[in-house]
Amino acid sequence: MANRAARSLLSVALTFLGLTCVTFFIGRVIPIDPVLAIVGDKASAETYARVRAEIGLDLPLPVQYWRYLTKVLHGDFGNSVITSRPVLHDLLQVFPATLELALLALLIGVVAGVPMGVIAATHRGRWQDQVIRFLSLLGYSMPVFWLGLIGLLLFYAKLGWVEGPGRLDVAFDDIVGPVTGMVTIDSLLAGEYEVFWNAFWHLLLPASILGYLSLAYVARMTRSFMLAQLRQEYVLATLAKGLSPWRVVWVHALGNVWVQLVTVIALTFGSLLEGAVLTETVFAWPGLGLYMKNSLFNADLNAVLGATVLVGVVYIGLNMISDLIYPLVDPRARDQ
Amino acid sequence: MTEISRRLLLAGAAAAPFAGWVRIADAAAPKDTAVFAKQIDDIITLDPGECYELSGIEMCTNIYDRLLRYEAEDLNKLVGGVAESWTVSPDGKTFTFKIRPNLKFQSGAPVTAEDVEFSLQRVVLMDKTSAFLLTQLGWSKTTVKDLVKGSGDTLTLKITADFAPSLVLNLMTSIVASVVEKKVALANETNGDLGNGWLKTHSASSGAFKLLAWKANESVSLEAYPGFRLGAPPLKRVVVRHVPEPASQRLLLEKADADYARDLTPDQIKPLASNPDIKVESFKAANTFYMGLNLGYEPLANPKVRQAMKMLVDYDGMVKSFLAGRFFVQQSFLPLGFFGAIEYVPFKLDVAKAKALLAEAGYKDGFAVKMAAPNVSPWTEISQSVQQTMGQAGIKVSIEPMELKAVISQYRGRGHQIAMLSWGPDYFDPHTNADSFVHNDDNSDTPKTKPIAWRNKWFIPDITKEMLAAAKELDAKKRAEQYAALQKKVTDEGPYIFMFQNNNQIARRTTATGFNPGITEDLNFYRTIRKS
Repeated sequence: MANRAARSLLSVALTFLGLTCVTFFIGRVIPIDPVLAIVGDKASAETYARVRAEIGLDLPLPVQYWRYLTKVLHGDFGNSVITSRPVLHDLLQVFPATLELALLALLIGVVAGVPMGVIAATHRGRWQDQVIRFLSLLGYSMPVFWLGLIGLLLFYAKLGWVEGPGRLDVAFDDIVGPVTGMVTIDSLLAGEYEVFWNAFWHLLLPASILGYLSLAYVARMTRSFMLAQLRQEYVLATLAKGLSPWRVVWVHALGNVWVQLVTVIALTFGSLLEGAVLTETVFAWPGLGLYMKNSLFNADLNAVLGATVLVGVVYIGLNMISDLIYPLVDPRARDQ
Repeated sequence: MTEISRRLLLAGAAAAPFAGWVRIADAAAPKDTAVFAKQIDDIITLDPGECYELSGIEMCTNIYDRLLRYEAEDLNKLVGGVAESWTVSPDGKTFTFKIRPNLKFQSGAPVTAEDVEFSLQRVVLMDKTSAFLLTQLGWSKTTVKDLVKGSGDTLTLKITADFAPSLVLNLMTSIVASVVEKKVALANETNGDLGNGWLKTHSASSGAFKLLAWKANESVSLEAYPGFRLGAPPLKRVVVRHVPEPASQRLLLEKADADYARDLTPDQIKPLASNPDIKVESFKAANTFYMGLNLGYEPLANPKVRQAMKMLVDYDGMVKSFLAGRFFVQQSFLPLGFFGAIEYVPFKLDVAKAKALLAEAGYKDGFAVKMAAPNVSPWTEISQSVQQTMGQAGIKVSIEPMELKAVISQYRGRGHQIAMLSWGPDYFDPHTNADSFVHNDDNSDTPKTKPIAWRNKWFIPDITKEMLAAAKELDAKKRAEQYAALQKKVTDEGPYIFMFQNNNQIARRTTATGFNPGITEDLNFYRTIRKS
């Protein structure tokens, strides 16, 4: 047990080191001058040189990396050029916006995607399967940017069913202070139900678009896992013993694919938490994706590095959570 | 499983993502609030002593009053901001300003000459990007406290550089002349930063609006200041929302969730023409769109080649087609609307003449050249057009599309052959552009500054002297003539292919009126906006 824990920790440490190292060095070789992002195009040579020295770009690369790593290990990701605030502060502000979006999207993706995958598998080759596979394929192949714009045009501009881009209407801005950073949760905590509903209607469309993309992946994978299970002899045996087809499919067969599904769901969640750049752009959603995009385009290296480390930590965390969930859904893992 | 339950399940699964969409949205921008949909991700600070990004300057224009101003009521007339009057000594070196009595900061404290002194001094002492605007007057960290002095209602500025008084006064209308409340800034000082850290996200001002909140990449909220010098703004709030996608800006405008959309593309603007609730307006802006030719690349060092290349751009064709409404042809380093600017358009597409010039220069079959250009519209379309027309004379242009900051990085390092970019003035005086396009008396790799002439290796000590003479000419008429001559010379001989000046196209709800942006962000006033 101790060995396993040590191995896990070592693996996490190496992943973290690799992540920071690759990101750091890529950040230093991109053809954008990070000093320009700070001082602008019209700065004098003196100002340019001073700022370059201030941010340590005059030092050898390994020294710069060592300095950066030491600071990160102390929780200091440096200051963002764009926002002038500590990167950690920024990440704590933008990440909840992405988390809020990702949670609802995942919920939609899983609640709809898993049953659709099961139905497609149990109706293999029939119209139900064709419809679900078509919907999945559509989710896979349609550009999210286009889907977002069409969604806005239809459900916001034409039908008026949802609110438009942004997290809140102007009239509801700054009513609720941040606690979790997720406006829906914070407004409920504050008892501001009008704000909650406004935030919810703003959230619903982007979350549904992302949820649809997750659904496409989850449904396809569920179908594939279920098809493999339904070919197993135990399925035939349980049916022969008189168990209802419903119970065989939804309890026994589905029960056996949960381990694989947990991995799929964790990866889906991870990709949602990376920040959906295009969705966040279309919906003016101030999340991690938009933050990373702006940071990259402005050569805001501290912000890019901080956000990348955060994404890495999210993946590491999700892997660890998946490991913890396996025994809950698979008794064999419990025995091990 | 029965067929019905299967169908129910299937229908339920399919409907789940859309289950909540059963509500009619009803919110619109409140009547007492103007809402802008705009790309504001360029803002990195709202401290007027540091801010130098276009959106940031626009915000500071509305938050802070300045020593002098060009006001919304007459964008061409220089008037006092916090200064009531001013005099200039006969030698043009000493400027004395009387500060208006009874002016108050938003905190309630009176605006004094000491506050103005502090505001100007801190720009130089902090030495941020915009500091060069003031240090060019001869002010430095060691001298500024002796040269900028305020006491009671009198502020005295002494300059050691040779500049025309009109230039100095124009500088006092720029963002660096924003008046910050000294006491508040110092009360929030950290490690001797003169309040810089705090003022990035807060305001200590006497302008028409108070900064309520700036959420990076999200929004800027401003609240009207009833005690403003020119009276309370009609609207209580202005919210500028960061909406990166033009199509989303258009939808917000159409749904009345925004009153103004600022970054619409031509394909967004066209359909709005038929919407009776929306009006699209064009305002002249001051950006010069041009190509910089690096004389370090041999063919481009030949004046005849440069002449030929200037005849290989389809200026009219572009402004009549894909640039219609957004740009007009202006082949000079000064944008129209600036003092001294001339309408000068000597070049048009003439392939035959260009071929003859190339043959005279020894490039009968043309040559290959790389062109760095930003990888977004309209740069991509302009560069493709240029590639096509230059190709007609055998010049094989290879376009290198890249991120704007990457083009600038390469340009500043003189690593380009051709760079396609735009240039915006720093303040409302011709010297700002002249000092960039016509200043290079040190062509070494380590000059003090890296003006555009240097970046293109155009070594012009004599023309630089002429430019500096224009900067200190006291007679306005003579000064205008000097700039006219310079513009002609630079357009004809310089390593630049000046192409266009731009228009700001703004779409607004017909219920919102009064926002008439000027030629630079220093002239974009929110205090005149009204809503019906």
